[in-house]
Amino acid sequence: MAGTQDTERDGTGSTGAGICVTSAEVNDWFVREVLPLEAELTRFLQQNWRNRSDIDDLCQDIYVRAYESARHGIPKSAKAYVFTIARNLLIDRIRNAQIVPIDTIADLESLAIASDQPAQDQRLMARQELRRLQAALDQLPPRCREAVILKKIQGLSIREVADTMGISVKTVDRHLSEGACYLADFLYGDSARGKA
Amino acid sequence: MNGSATLESAQDVRARAASFVIAQREHPDWSEQDQAELDGWLAQSPAHMVAYLRVDSAWGKADRLSALGAPEARSFLKRPAIWRMAAVFAVIAALGAAAASFIPWQAQDRVYSTAVGGRETVAFADGTKIELNTDTVMRARMTTRERTIWLEKGEAYFQVKHDAAHPFVVFAGDHRITDLGTKFIVRRDPGSLEVALMEGRVRFGAAEQLPKSKSALLVPGDVVTATASTVFVTRQSVAALTHQLGWQHGVLIFDNMTLADAANEFNRYNQRKLVISDPSVARLTIVGTFHTTDVQAFIDVAQDVFKLHVETNGNEIVISH
Repeated sequence: MAGTQDTERDGTGSTGAGICVTSAEVNDWFVREVLPLEAELTRFLQQNWRNRSDIDDLCQDIYVRAYESARHGIPKSAKAYVFTIARNLLIDRIRNAQIVPIDTIADLESLAIASDQPAQDQRLMARQELRRLQAALDQLPPRCREAVILKKIQGLSIREVADTMGISVKTVDRHLSEGACYLADFLYGDSARGKA
Repeated sequence: MNGSATLESAQDVRARAASFVIAQREHPDWSEQDQAELDGWLAQSPAHMVAYLRVDSAWGKADRLSALGAPEARSFLKRPAIWRMAAVFAVIAALGAAAASFIPWQAQDRVYSTAVGGRETVAFADGTKIELNTDTVMRARMTTRERTIWLEKGEAYFQVKHDAAHPFVVFAGDHRITDLGTKFIVRRDPGSLEVALMEGRVRFGAAEQLPKSKSALLVPGDVVTATASTVFVTRQSVAALTHQLGWQHGVLIFDNMTLADAANEFNRYNQRKLVISDPSVARLTIVGTFHTTDVQAFIDVAQDVFKLHVETNGNEIVISH
């Protein structure tokens, strides 16, 4: 995969070639280092790919490439790594596209990756997290919000939520799953991205 | 290589991941079959794993919303926290200065300990089983989000239920052992730490993960020994390592061990302590299987086989020429 030679790895496996990082460590790295980049990554994709409805899929593809590649060695700078993958993915997409959108940036190769910008202060993010969670709650659809509040703030069981709201357990599950999806978008993506 | 050759849209995958997260985290009747189904779905594609990690961590962060609720409404605390706080202070006082780095106590933490000569098996909801040997103190934080153990002292045998999304980690002093779905022994003595791997893979490294931290990936038969100044790895057959687990059945198996080492082993299980001060006696080697509390059998061998002199001084049994 072109571009990943730019970034350094921390390959500490003693078994030599192949996958030497445990999936547990990659998972940990992914949650700690990669997911916090999502807001910035989303902005990058929005600026450089005109088709808004593709953004989720692009983001997912970037995550998959980063995840699979990290199994061979955790990279030293998650930010440089992920954005290099993002740039290369966009370049691949453009090269493979039948029709090149007119207003796509012609020369993606020249896109500067701001890898020497310091990563956002993680402690600051943690403090802001509760505030962002509250803001996210306000944006949820009404019934979904009610279910999440009863579950997460009041600490009720699923059955108790169902009885309180006068709905089935299955419907509660649906509301909570929807709520979880919204929360992930808000917490990581930092904004609503028109869900169906 | 185009990694996006999938018919599932990101939104579909994320929605499916979210249903799994709600079922797994919020339903008490989540079964082993359900877990197997989830593990199977996660194994199908890294896209599934990535989506799961994303929504699971977000849903976990949302637990902080409980801070907005009235204290009376919070149903997850079953017992007062002060009760458990008293238990951990007592344990740390007993350990003395060694417990310099205090790890903040959480509501679900539990301490397990065994007396000298004691043994205890703890089985956790996730399927993990931990056997504690003599004179052992262990703290466990086993929740749906986290699986962390601190081995304060002693020895334990771990049989860990694999969960790709939630690493099982053991901290012992300055070191960290990360499981990959394994069976391994961790033994923490006053001057040293030993980790022996029976099955699977573990990663052994420093407790604090810094950018330049090195770690070693162990395979079955590997034994890591770490002292204050060194860390080294030796290889043994898994069969030989199994001898080290004799204590699970209440026995010690010596296979050409020095009398000094054998005596030290016995002393872990008994209040009456064997003392061998003569270096030439200490170097003699012994082969045999003993019940851990059968000090008399060891004394008989010393006298009958090695023709040694045995004298009892209060709680000490002194062996010499």
